[in-house]
Amino acid sequence: MTLFRTLALGAGMVGLLLSTAHAEGLQGKIIGFSQIGSESGWRAAETSVTKAEAEARGIDLKFADAQQKQENQIKAIRGFIAQGVDAILVAPVVATGWEEVLTEAKEAEIPVVLLDRGIEGPEDLYLTSVASDQVKEGRVAGEWLAGTVGEAQCNIVELQGTVGSSPAINRKQGFEEAIAGKANLAIIRSQTGDFTRSKGKEVMEGFLKAEDGGKNICAVYAHNDDMAVGAIQAIKDAGLKPGSDILVVSIDAVPDIFAAMVAGEANATVELTPNMAGPAFDALQAYWDAGTEPAKFIITESKLYTPADDPQGEYERRKDLGY
Amino acid sequence: MTRQTVDLRPNGQPPVPRPRPVAQVLMRPQVIALAAVLGVNWLLFPGFFSITWQDGRLFGSLIDVLNRGAPVAILAIGMTMVIATKGVDLSVGAVMAISGAVAATLVSAGVSAPVAVLAALAAGLLCGLWNGVLVTVLEIQPIIATLVLMVAGRGVAQLITEGTIVTFSDPVLIFIGTGAFLGLPMPVVIALVLMVAATLIVRRTALGLLIEAVGVNRSAARFAGLSAGAFLVAVYAFAGVCAAIAGLIVAGDIRGADANNAGLWLELDAILAVVIGGTSLLGGRFSIPMAVLGAIIIQAMNTGILISGFSPEFNLVVKAAVIVAILILQSPHAALLVRRLRGLQSGAGK
Repeated sequence: MTLFRTLALGAGMVGLLLSTAHAEGLQGKIIGFSQIGSESGWRAAETSVTKAEAEARGIDLKFADAQQKQENQIKAIRGFIAQGVDAILVAPVVATGWEEVLTEAKEAEIPVVLLDRGIEGPEDLYLTSVASDQVKEGRVAGEWLAGTVGEAQCNIVELQGTVGSSPAINRKQGFEEAIAGKANLAIIRSQTGDFTRSKGKEVMEGFLKAEDGGKNICAVYAHNDDMAVGAIQAIKDAGLKPGSDILVVSIDAVPDIFAAMVAGEANATVELTPNMAGPAFDALQAYWDAGTEPAKFIITESKLYTPADDPQGEYERRKDLGY
Repeated sequence: MTRQTVDLRPNGQPPVPRPRPVAQVLMRPQVIALAAVLGVNWLLFPGFFSITWQDGRLFGSLIDVLNRGAPVAILAIGMTMVIATKGVDLSVGAVMAISGAVAATLVSAGVSAPVAVLAALAAGLLCGLWNGVLVTVLEIQPIIATLVLMVAGRGVAQLITEGTIVTFSDPVLIFIGTGAFLGLPMPVVIALVLMVAATLIVRRTALGLLIEAVGVNRSAARFAGLSAGAFLVAVYAFAGVCAAIAGLIVAGDIRGADANNAGLWLELDAILAVVIGGTSLLGGRFSIPMAVLGAIIIQAMNTGILISGFSPEFNLVVKAAVIVAILILQSPHAALLVRRLRGLQSGAGK
């Protein structure tokens, strides 16, 4: 272990020397990226966007897929340290158990940036973390709906994510914050659709039957786009027009929701950007060029997309990202 | 749920079902349970039984129950046979994902829909044969043999779809999932046809008896001259094809193959449906229509929870409570208790 540490430290030093030899910018930097895996379309998109962002900046990205296992991530990070990379990006699969390996990186003076998820442990183990604010995502969706319906009475049905998962809890909370105090807006039904299309469709079918064939529902808020796509089909099966008879607002901004917007069947989506690496690279560049210590938590933008934002173009831009 | 073993003695009673009085069928615990669940749904939502005609098809909560219950019912038809042979098939959910992935990927690549459907069914058959060979030739315990495909199968499906949800707009595939025939949703029609056909085949021929014989005692069945191995392979293959049909339905329903989620945990619902239907996990006596009824009970409960307006945190608790109640209702001890209580009452009345 000591030998390994010494080696790693040595390799880190070499990396440090190499990095100072380069001119400004990230051209030629070697950055390791330990990705969780490819369990969802969004994750696949994050991987491909990270690779594209690295290529655009001339970074030599070392990619390691951990296949959902922390031990693989720890191995990959040790490998990066041994290789003497300039920086390490980690999308941690779980929140705990990182102190030892990140201390090794710190001793090797390799900055670590956390992507998408946080960890429990001392904050000085990593340079910064880039993640979205899930509560804000829900709030943006809620504010859009409140702004769109104005003073009209609007009964909302909610398709929640998997019960107990943090995006489901946070996106629910944010939405409720946004519509709190508006007497004309009320969530009349809320059930879990497990973040999937088929459950989203099934739950929406139930809601439509229970609310007078859907005549009593003015909007559906889905915690992700997939459930919204399922709900749209259920609304059509019930003989109503999604997008006009029932408003559809959801979160994620995957390509298929833009296809639905093109067809006039979805009204708004809040982007969970797969570009977590871009802000991470920017922070690293500022850190190296000017010595600027970045904020500990960089929050990505939760951008709202509506049919006014060129859904066809957004669909084309996203469809090959691996969603 | 008393276990009735098959009597192979020449002068034993034939296990061919005799026509039973309607009242006796209606007094079955499964029928009572379904009536109770539907009754509760009706109390929660008075419009539960209202069925209207819309866009050339029946429309209503009751139709939803049948439609949404159809995939599990189809899985349960195959699962009943497997369980009757004292086996179990954990891979059916993953096979659903594979079948949907095969069909969706092929039609997206421009292959005609009938070919894609046949390929999906063939994939299901192949998966079933794989399970059957592991169980019979390699003599691996069914729960482990099928666990292999349960875990690996989802990976195979993800490889086929390359990790994305493959969407399609092929009218034939969509019809399988969402179409209607004589006003009934296509999944219901498919499940019904499959149930009647499977029941007739096992009950009007000796097949059912032979399957039960293999389940009760495989060695004895073999000594009696049955090629038990061939039966087992055939039964697993049939379960694979059933899973493939269910996979086509759920893919057609959402117009896409979702390898991550299609059929996820449905193998457990299918096993539960079979058990609610009164088939013992120890093999032997089985009933396909009762397993289908079990699937409908599960779905009636799911739909009831959806329209009840309970918060989703209670979903699993409610489901568990109802299932425990149904299983207690079916247990021989409960039946004994009821008989004793009746005996006491009549004794007290004298």
